[in-house]
Amino acid sequence: MSVGAPKGLASSGQKPIAEIIHPLSAADEPLSAAGVGGDKEAGLTNGTPVETSSPASASSLFNRLQLDDDLEADGRDHYALTETRDLFVTVDDPKKHVSTMETYITYRVSTKTTRIEFDLPEYCVRRRYQDFDWLRIKLEDSQPTHLIPPLPEKFVMKGVVDRFSEEFVETRMKALDKFLKRVADHPVLSFNPHLNAFLSAKDLNKRQGLALLTKVGESVKHVAGGYKLRARPAEFCAMGEYLDTFTQKLGTIDRIAQRILKEQSEYLTELREYGTVYTSWAGSEQELQRPLEGVAGCVTTCSGALEEQCETMSQDFLPVLREYVLYIESMKNVLRKRDQSQAEYEGRLEAAVLRKQEDRTPIPVEVEKCQDKVECFNADLKADWERWQSNKRQDFKQLLTGMADKNINQYEKSQAAWESLITLLQDKQTEDKTSETN
Amino acid sequence: MMADSGSNEAVAVIGNTDITSTESENNLINTMVERGSSLLIKLEISVSEAEKRTGKNTVNMQETYTVYLIETRPAESVPEGSTPAAPDTLWRRYSEFELLRTYLLVTYSYIIIPPLPEKRAEFVWHKLTADNLDPDFVERRRVGLENFLLRVASHPVLSNDKIFFLFLTEEKGWREAVLETGFQDKVDSRLKSLSASFRVKNPDKRFTALKQYSDELNTVITQLLRVRARVADRLYGVYKVHGNYGRVFSEWSAIEKEMGDGLQSAGHHMDTYAASIDDILEEEEHYADQLKEYLYYTEAVRSVCRKHELVQYELEMEALDLAHKKQQKEELATGTVRVFSLKGMTSKLFGHESPEQRESRLAALEQSIQEGEQTLKEKNTECQEFVRAAWEDIERFKEQKDNDLREALISYAIMQISMCKKGIQVWSNAKECFNKIQKEGHRIHGGAHSAEHLSTLETQPGFDTTHKNAPAHRRTRPPRST
Repeated sequence: MSVGAPKGLASSGQKPIAEIIHPLSAADEPLSAAGVGGDKEAGLTNGTPVETSSPASASSLFNRLQLDDDLEADGRDHYALTETRDLFVTVDDPKKHVSTMETYITYRVSTKTTRIEFDLPEYCVRRRYQDFDWLRIKLEDSQPTHLIPPLPEKFVMKGVVDRFSEEFVETRMKALDKFLKRVADHPVLSFNPHLNAFLSAKDLNKRQGLALLTKVGESVKHVAGGYKLRARPAEFCAMGEYLDTFTQKLGTIDRIAQRILKEQSEYLTELREYGTVYTSWAGSEQELQRPLEGVAGCVTTCSGALEEQCETMSQDFLPVLREYVLYIESMKNVLRKRDQSQAEYEGRLEAAVLRKQEDRTPIPVEVEKCQDKVECFNADLKADWERWQSNKRQDFKQLLTGMADKNINQYEKSQAAWESLITLLQDKQTEDKTSETN
Repeated sequence: MMADSGSNEAVAVIGNTDITSTESENNLINTMVERGSSLLIKLEISVSEAEKRTGKNTVNMQETYTVYLIETRPAESVPEGSTPAAPDTLWRRYSEFELLRTYLLVTYSYIIIPPLPEKRAEFVWHKLTADNLDPDFVERRRVGLENFLLRVASHPVLSNDKIFFLFLTEEKGWREAVLETGFQDKVDSRLKSLSASFRVKNPDKRFTALKQYSDELNTVITQLLRVRARVADRLYGVYKVHGNYGRVFSEWSAIEKEMGDGLQSAGHHMDTYAASIDDILEEEEHYADQLKEYLYYTEAVRSVCRKHELVQYELEMEALDLAHKKQQKEELATGTVRVFSLKGMTSKLFGHESPEQRESRLAALEQSIQEGEQTLKEKNTECQEFVRAAWEDIERFKEQKDNDLREALISYAIMQISMCKKGIQVWSNAKECFNKIQKEGHRIHGGAHSAEHLSTLETQPGFDTTHKNAPAHRRTRPPRST
């Protein structure tokens, strides 16, 4: 007895994705990144009819392949595309499950792939937040030198946020989709067997690998208690500083965006009252009745357009900002682990050198291994950093142009309303004049 | 019972009396005839400047006030090649405008006298000051005063007023000329009888409706102006908060390489956006002023209604008095007392008066009745004439109001459109900058992938590194100066 999906959720599952281009979900549109034939892209993604039974996944895969073909013809990025885009994942269709023990949401995770690591070219499983959490922990444990993308925040304040509300589920779904896409696009993480299991296993056996977790936990503890870092390479220092400043700026942007939303909602309240005053004025006029009603109508249209903008901003803009704060945290976490591994190496080296001076024993192999590990770590981190930077540019371009688009859209709607009002008012005037001359 | 019969009679009288004009009404009609030949055809009028002055007032106190320069110029067509004659100029204070208006209000009580702009800024939102000497406020008042003069000058009746003409042309001695007209005496009597409005028995339905309408208009415009001020306040907030993006984008751009330029210039556009609201709302104040004019017009309309009530009341009182006298006469003639009265008591107590006494009293009553009938006739005419003249002006006013307000709404809509266009412009510019954050033609998945892939593979022995030959897709954009 687990299917009881509420009306709102079931029907809303796919619609917003098809209609609203969410910065999170839309970031993967290959062509917008390429900046080639932007119009065509819009036509393709919006114009392709989406089957209600299997939305997004199949058609978006088709789109991607199509677009990639276009690019091949373009002679650009040929190698990179054909070589790396062979795993596509989508998270959608949230469903609410109610049992006597608990109530939770599952999401559909659809996979299409040509990789030989997978037995089948397509998979479709249902996963809940816990499962995503499990995957992330697994990835972090087995790939300690890599940046693992963040999950949406696990804990929500009870009472403040309704965990089963349409907006909350929608936002979380988009964030989970983003998470999984980031993992699937990663040249190393995407080959992780845990991901494979997560995407393809009918039932996820979460117990396997529990031992690994404790082992890693110990090793981290061991290192953390140990040595102090001698000198962190300048480039990693710069990364740390960058992340600190960036977090700060994101915090500011978040506060500004919230403040604007607050101002706008207060403006909306006044604007609505403003409209009703025109309506009541229209009631006591004869000649001016229609013009005044027209103004009231315009004001209503404007408030509608603004309200829409506010809604998309709070649903699409703010969550992306917050996700980035988490992403930065993940990045900082990797930086910390790198420092630890360097510290471990330096500590061991120091000890070995001391021993060597005392009894002339050669530097043991473990120390060299340690050095290799640090170098490996550094290289992975640098690669992930570049990737992260690139992702960030792409995401913020999407996010900010999206913000601009929403504002433009709102102004365009208002402008159209006022223009039609002017036509109405001037028509009336010419009418009057002609009737006078007649 | 008496009161009823009296008023009924008054109504009947109104319907019957011929229109015979008294001298003052003759003047009135003459001026009405001259409609169309308003002063504006002969004279160009403008209030071109405002100036702050400091001087001593009547009680020898230092005060700062503003004077306005009135320019008049004959509106004759200027022959080709020659420059138009220099305008006649003179300075007037706001208080002189007030005096002029009070004079007009009292002298032409049947006309809806155009209102003056507000003395103190009302319906302000937080950014506007209520300071009388604030340059923006003085400027808006200058426009308002000019508008007032133009309204009077284009009015069919008011434009022909001599005092008004002197106001425009004679700087010195004007005040004395106004006071000489003795209009102030009328002010007092008018004020005293304002309570008449509560005692009119047969109010004119048209005027009652008009009064009610002007009350409604007053309420709704007041409310509109209040809400508009709040709307302006909030809109100001929304725009100004966007200015913070300007700052944070600029700060953020400092730590970015590729994104830096785009962010920096997007920040400038956000600054522009925040700054644009000042002009937008300044312009919108003009719309508010147009509404305010009609808000103050409602008071002028009510003043005409009140004047009508007063005239009506006087007429009714006269009719009542006449009816009373007629009844007395009847009593005296027939010797019957219909109603208990002091006179009846005295006659009962002290016996009947002598026939001579009765005769002379009857004669006196007869005389007074005749006089009363004459007065009633005059009052009736006055009232009728007032209603006729007032209604003509009211019709004129209604037409003017409908046209003005429609124009105001159109210009308001145009303002809104221009605001939308500005918004679209700024956000489009910003969008262009945001687009530069990620280089054109740069592919994140392909490009980044391959680059990262390589570096990862290189560090992991055992991996096939034949991909090394793959082109590096990460192009760096040449730095651009902002």
